Amino acid sequence: MSGHATLPLVAIVDTATWTYSPALEAASVAVSPKHGLFIGGRWVEPRRGATAITLNPATEEPLSTVAEADAAQVTAAFDSARTAQRRWMRTRPQERAKYLFRIARRIQERARELAVLETLDSGKPIRESREFDVPTAAQHFFHHAGWCDKLRYAIPGVSDPRPIGVCAQIIPWNFPLLMAAWKLAPALACGNTCVLKPAETTPLTALRLAEILQEVELPPGVVNVITGGPTTGRAMVEHPGFDKIAFTGSTEVGKAILRACATRRISLTMELGGKSPNIVFADAPIDQAIEGIVDGIWFNQGQVCCAGSRLLVEESVLDEVVAKLRARMNRLRVGDPMDKNTDVGPINSRVQLERVQSYLKIGVDEGAAMEICGNGELPSRGYFCRPTFFTGVQPSATIAREEIFGPVLAVMSFRTPEEAISRANNTPYGLSAGVWTSKGSKIFDTARRLKAGVIWCNGFNLFDAASPFGGFKESGFGREGGRHGLRAYLSH
Amino acid sequence: MPRLPVIKTHKLFIGGAFPRTESGRSRELKDGRGRTIAHLCRASRKDLRQAVEVAHAAQPGWERATPYLRGQVLHRLAEMLEGRRDELSDSLRATSTRSAASARDEVIASIDRLISMAGWTDKLAMVIGGQNPVAGPYYNFTTPEPVGVIVVIDASNAPLLGLVSMIAPAIAAGNAVIAIPSESHPLAALLLAESVPTSDLPAGVFNLLTGEHAELLPQVATHRDISGVLAAVKEPAAAGLRAGAAENLKRVRIVDPGSDFESDEPWSGASAFDGLVDFKTIWHPAAT
Repeated sequence: MSGHATLPLVAIVDTATWTYSPALEAASVAVSPKHGLFIGGRWVEPRRGATAITLNPATEEPLSTVAEADAAQVTAAFDSARTAQRRWMRTRPQERAKYLFRIARRIQERARELAVLETLDSGKPIRESREFDVPTAAQHFFHHAGWCDKLRYAIPGVSDPRPIGVCAQIIPWNFPLLMAAWKLAPALACGNTCVLKPAETTPLTALRLAEILQEVELPPGVVNVITGGPTTGRAMVEHPGFDKIAFTGSTEVGKAILRACATRRISLTMELGGKSPNIVFADAPIDQAIEGIVDGIWFNQGQVCCAGSRLLVEESVLDEVVAKLRARMNRLRVGDPMDKNTDVGPINSRVQLERVQSYLKIGVDEGAAMEICGNGELPSRGYFCRPTFFTGVQPSATIAREEIFGPVLAVMSFRTPEEAISRANNTPYGLSAGVWTSKGSKIFDTARRLKAGVIWCNGFNLFDAASPFGGFKESGFGREGGRHGLRAYLSH
Repeated sequence: MPRLPVIKTHKLFIGGAFPRTESGRSRELKDGRGRTIAHLCRASRKDLRQAVEVAHAAQPGWERATPYLRGQVLHRLAEMLEGRRDELSDSLRATSTRSAASARDEVIASIDRLISMAGWTDKLAMVIGGQNPVAGPYYNFTTPEPVGVIVVIDASNAPLLGLVSMIAPAIAAGNAVIAIPSESHPLAALLLAESVPTSDLPAGVFNLLTGEHAELLPQVATHRDISGVLAAVKEPAAAGLRAGAAENLKRVRIVDPGSDFESDEPWSGASAFDGLVDFKTIWHPAAT
C-alpha cells in the first residue's frame, strides 16, 4: 500500500480489453465450522441458539458459525480482564514487550493464512490483505512492543504514566485484523487489558488472532474476544466493568456511545466517519494524482473511513483529470477477491451494498452525471458494485456531503486555492485530506489550512504504526499509532 | 450623612465590547453580610450564540498569528493584571470571608500562570509534536492545532486562578474562548475581562458571560459550533456537558472543581493543553 500512490501511470496500451487468466490464491485455510468466545484465555461455547453465521461476501456462502455473546458472557469477559489487569500492569515492561514482539512475529509467520481468511470473510482483494492489512497489523504489534519500557517518554512531563485499566474496544468490518491490532497493541503496551468485539460480519481474523495469543502464551484474560451484533455491542457499552472505551465505526454509533457513557468518568477514543477531500491543483503531477485518487476511493472498495470521496479539481485541468480518471478506472478489475489481479472485490455485506446503491440512485436523482466503470464481468453471486464516479456534483448534493462507504467518488471543481480550502473544510467531518501540487510552499500552506487529522501531500491512504491517525471535528478524537496514540491508553 | 455608594453593573464581554445581556436580566451580587455590592448581567442563550459567532470569526486570525506574537500578547495581559493586583485581591474578598493573604496569593499565582503560558506558545509544537519515522520514503510529522472555540466553565474553589489556569492554555494554543466564571465569586473574572481590551488580544478571542450555570451549561452542551469545553464542575453538570459531546463530538475535559490549581503540574505544563489541541499529521514524499 505504502508508496503505491506515487508510482507513475504506466498503463499506456489499452489493457481494458485484455482478458486475463485467473490467478487464484489457494483457499486452503481451514475454517472451523463454529467459533466460541475467547474469555479468560479459554474458548467458551455460545449459549444455545445464540449464534450467527458469517458469510463470504464474494460468494454469499456461509463460512462459519460464531457466537452472539449475551450479557452474562460480556460480564465474564470484563471480569477476566479486570482480574488479569492487576498482574499485567505489574508485569515487567520488558516482559510485556516480549509478548507483543511474539505476537508480531506470529502474525508475520502466519501471514498467508491470515490474509486468505481476511479476504474470505471481508471480501477485500487478496492483494490488499496480503500487502497491507496483515503486514501493517504485525507492524503495529512490533512498534508498540518497543514502547512498553519507554512509556515515561510517551507524554512530555508525565514521568510515571499509569495504565487506564480495562478497555472496551469495538471495531468495524473494513479492516478487521488491522483494527484489532490498532486497538490491542497500544492498550497492551501501556499495561491495560482488553475486551475486543470484532464486527458481526467479519469476526474470523480477530478469533484467529486470539488463537495466536494463546499460542504465544499471553496470560489469560489480558485479551478477551467476544463476538456478536448490536445487542452484544450495547451490553458492552452499558457495562460498568471498563475504564476506557475505544470505538472505530460510524459517527452515528459513536454519538450513541458518547450519550450512553455521559454519566461516567471514563476515557474515550472515537475514530469515526469522514468525507475526505482530495484537492488537485493545476500544477500537480497529474498522472501521480490519478493513481492517488484511485487509491483514495477504490482502496478496499471505498469502505475506508478516510476514503478520498470528494475530488476537488482546479477548473483548468478538470477535463484532463476526468478523462484520465475514466481511462484508469476502466482498467480496474472487479471480481473474485481471491484473484491476485483483482483491484475491486465485493462490498462487505448485502446491507452495505444496498446502502451504496441507494446513494447511486440519490446521486442521479439530484442531477449529477454518473459513470460506472471497472473491467470484467461481475460474478453472478456476491455483493459486487462497480467503481463509480459522479461529475457535475453540487457541493450541497447528498453524495458530496454524506459518507457513502463505497466505491463512489464525487468530482467537483474549484477556481482559487481559497475556494478549494473552504469547500474542503465545509463538512462536519475532518478525518483526512489529500493535496496534489508540485509547489512546495503551496502544499504546506494548504496542508496547514485544511481541518483534518491526517493530510497526505502528493499521496493518499498511507498508514504506518509510527504515524498517528485520527480525526478533527465529527470524525472523532484521540489518536491511534505512534507516540500520540499512547496518550489514549495512559492515565495522565 | 454617609455617602451613598455607586453600585456598578458588570456587563458581559463579547467581541471586545461590553454589552448588557440582550435579555435585559440582571441579578444582585451580595457580600458576606447580605449587602448588595454589584449587579451582574444574567446572560441568555442568545448572548451565548452571539459570543460563539464572534469567537468563530476571531479564531482563525488568532491561530494564524505567530507564536511569538501570541506569547507577547499573553505577557501583556499579565502586565495589565499586575497593575491591578490590589483591586483583584479586593474583588476576591468582596464575596467571601477569606484572608487578605490568601486572596493576594491567588492573584499572584494567576499572574504567574499567565507568564508561564506566555512562554509556551512557541514551544508547544516542539514539545508535544514530533517527527514520525515511518517505514517508507515519506517525511511525516505531527503538530498540535487549536480545536477552535472553547468554552471554559469555572465552578472551582479558586475563582481567579481556576479560570486563568483554564483559559490561558486555550488562548495560548490559538483557540478563541468563551469563559463562564464562578456564579458566586465572579468579580475577579470580570476585572480580568476589563483588562483584556488593553492587552492587545484581538477582539473576540476572549469573551466572558456571567449568568446561571444551570441555565447556560445545557446550552453550551448542545451548541454545535462550540468545539470544546473545559470545565471545573461537579456532577451532574459534568455529565450534561459530556452528553453534549454526542451532538458534535465536542472535546469535553472535566476538571475536579476542588483541584489544586496552585500546583504547577499540570497547569503550567504541557498537560494543560489536553483537550485544547488536536493533532494533525502530515505526510510528504521524500523520494523522487
